[in-house]
Amino acid sequence: MPLTAQRITDLELHANDVRQGIIRALAAAGSGHSAGPLDMADIFAALYFHVLRHDPKNPEWPQRDRLLLSCGHITPVRYSAMAYAGYFPVEELLTLRKFGTRLQGHPERVRLPGVETTSGPLGEGLAQGVGMALAAKADGKSWRVYVVTSDAEHQCGLHWEAMLTGAKFRLDNLINIIDRNVIQIDGSTEDIMPLEPLADKYRAFNWEVFECDGNDVGSFVDAVERAQKVAGKPSVIVAHTVPGKGVSYMEGDYTWHGKPPNAQQAGEALRELAVQRERILAHA
Amino acid sequence: MPSTTAMGDAAGMQLVEYRNAATLKHLPTRNGFGEGLIEAGALDENVVGICADLSESTRMEGFKKAHPRQYFEIGVSEQMLVAMAGGLAACGKIPWIASYAMFNPGRSWEQVRTIMALNETNVKIAGAHAGVSVGPDGATHQAIEDIAIMRVIPHMTVVVPCDAVQTKKATLLLSQTRGPAYLRFAREKSAIVTTEATPFALGKAQVFRDGNDVAIVACGILVYNALVAADELEREDGIACRVVNNHTVKPMDGDAIVDAARGCGAIVTVEEHQVHGGMGSAVAEIVARRHPVPIEFVGVNDTFGQSGDPAELIEHYGMGTTAIKDAARRALRRKT
Repeated sequence: MPLTAQRITDLELHANDVRQGIIRALAAAGSGHSAGPLDMADIFAALYFHVLRHDPKNPEWPQRDRLLLSCGHITPVRYSAMAYAGYFPVEELLTLRKFGTRLQGHPERVRLPGVETTSGPLGEGLAQGVGMALAAKADGKSWRVYVVTSDAEHQCGLHWEAMLTGAKFRLDNLINIIDRNVIQIDGSTEDIMPLEPLADKYRAFNWEVFECDGNDVGSFVDAVERAQKVAGKPSVIVAHTVPGKGVSYMEGDYTWHGKPPNAQQAGEALRELAVQRERILAHA
Repeated sequence: MPSTTAMGDAAGMQLVEYRNAATLKHLPTRNGFGEGLIEAGALDENVVGICADLSESTRMEGFKKAHPRQYFEIGVSEQMLVAMAGGLAACGKIPWIASYAMFNPGRSWEQVRTIMALNETNVKIAGAHAGVSVGPDGATHQAIEDIAIMRVIPHMTVVVPCDAVQTKKATLLLSQTRGPAYLRFAREKSAIVTTEATPFALGKAQVFRDGNDVAIVACGILVYNALVAADELEREDGIACRVVNNHTVKPMDGDAIVDAARGCGAIVTVEEHQVHGGMGSAVAEIVARRHPVPIEFVGVNDTFGQSGDPAELIEHYGMGTTAIKDAARRALRRKT
């Protein structure tokens, strides 16, 4: 069912919050990744405020959907979405990457309930998602497993082992969401180690493939709802995103993959996001 | 049949009459894993087995037949083995993952560190075909670095049982003990020295033979060689050796090691593994801190193995009874 205009506005406002949280956290941390978290803000807002079956006050609720973030370096987007969803106070975002924080530079399950698994080393999330989806099947559970992966981590061998295994066990309770922003630390994925035709590769591995505009909450939710209806095989959503989305001086520039804004740049970004917020409200 | 009277025998260990060649039985330690896993799977349906295309040789095949719904085959993908097990464990399963030690944890070390240990998941690694005693397969398949790379990881329990009977007990006990663990065993038949009645507790080393001249601290199938060497040293030189079965490399029984250092004044460590970083190194870390005494290390000395018969490889790489005796005499000479 398509989202109502009101629902879309709500999710866009949540995404705007998430982006502001990312900028504040990164500026306070003084290190971290900017482009990926920003381009995934719409998807994480949609996940935490619309798609996921979860309870922020009970992160270990056994019936929850599992959301794994495989590309752990974009964790500021997850932390920000979790904070705004009520897992912990929004002010805690300012502890990102600082000594003693629960918000480690790369997420750790033991430190922060709700992150499902420790990640950072790339290419490992889908494999763990396969294990979780298999456990759900074995126990007859109805919860789903969502995995967020980066495009560049498709250069890791383990990820393809997971694709083989997910198809073998016909895990239709598993949905992989790819942040297809086409950048990695050293440049374009297509220059460093080409991935295209990525969707065809998934089809050849017997996955159901959906594509969407990852910076359009309606487009993403539509893809998720179609993926949820697939039977007998796992699904992948290739979400096309603009790196750095929402901050004009970062958009499409791979050099923002692995660095944070300084105080002045953060101020500029927050002003821009405030303008965008007004625009969303004006159109509502 | 538990022994009753023999030279140097420690009380309470209920060992077999291992000096009687006519009655001594030999079985591969991997058989003990296979039997223990079947039993563990029957006791708790959350125990699951995952294998990377080596179900027969790792002895997971019996589990596959006994508990087909608890068994998953994923082909030749050892990193997947660890990662998928991590996912299953996060949902309450107790996964045992089996391959050759050379491939898991050999190939999958970073997944073991991040997914198993940093996550504190309840995954158990069955490392088969460890040591040069794999034999004809050669150096590529002879894991002699695995103890080092596992014991260095926080939270990891590392167990190297001495025979098939003890391997079965370790498999059962690890299945019931929360946390990431590595169980190491071997391919070849080796002497059964323990009985069902022999006590076994994780982190509790066992004195298999009493003596106060020198302590031989061993793990794995070489514990039998240590017992044979100890008897020969007594017959040949009148040396009274203590033999400690140091099956839990981590968390190691520090008090038992200090007792050995204090009681004997010299130690020989024996393992089918590189001397660098292995069980002996862990013993040395304890002895250096708490009760310094001379230590001699029996193991592979910074080289790779090769094809050959298991027995001749053990001899060639300096882990036979003669090498253990020589090491004990060296250690004795260094005593002050």
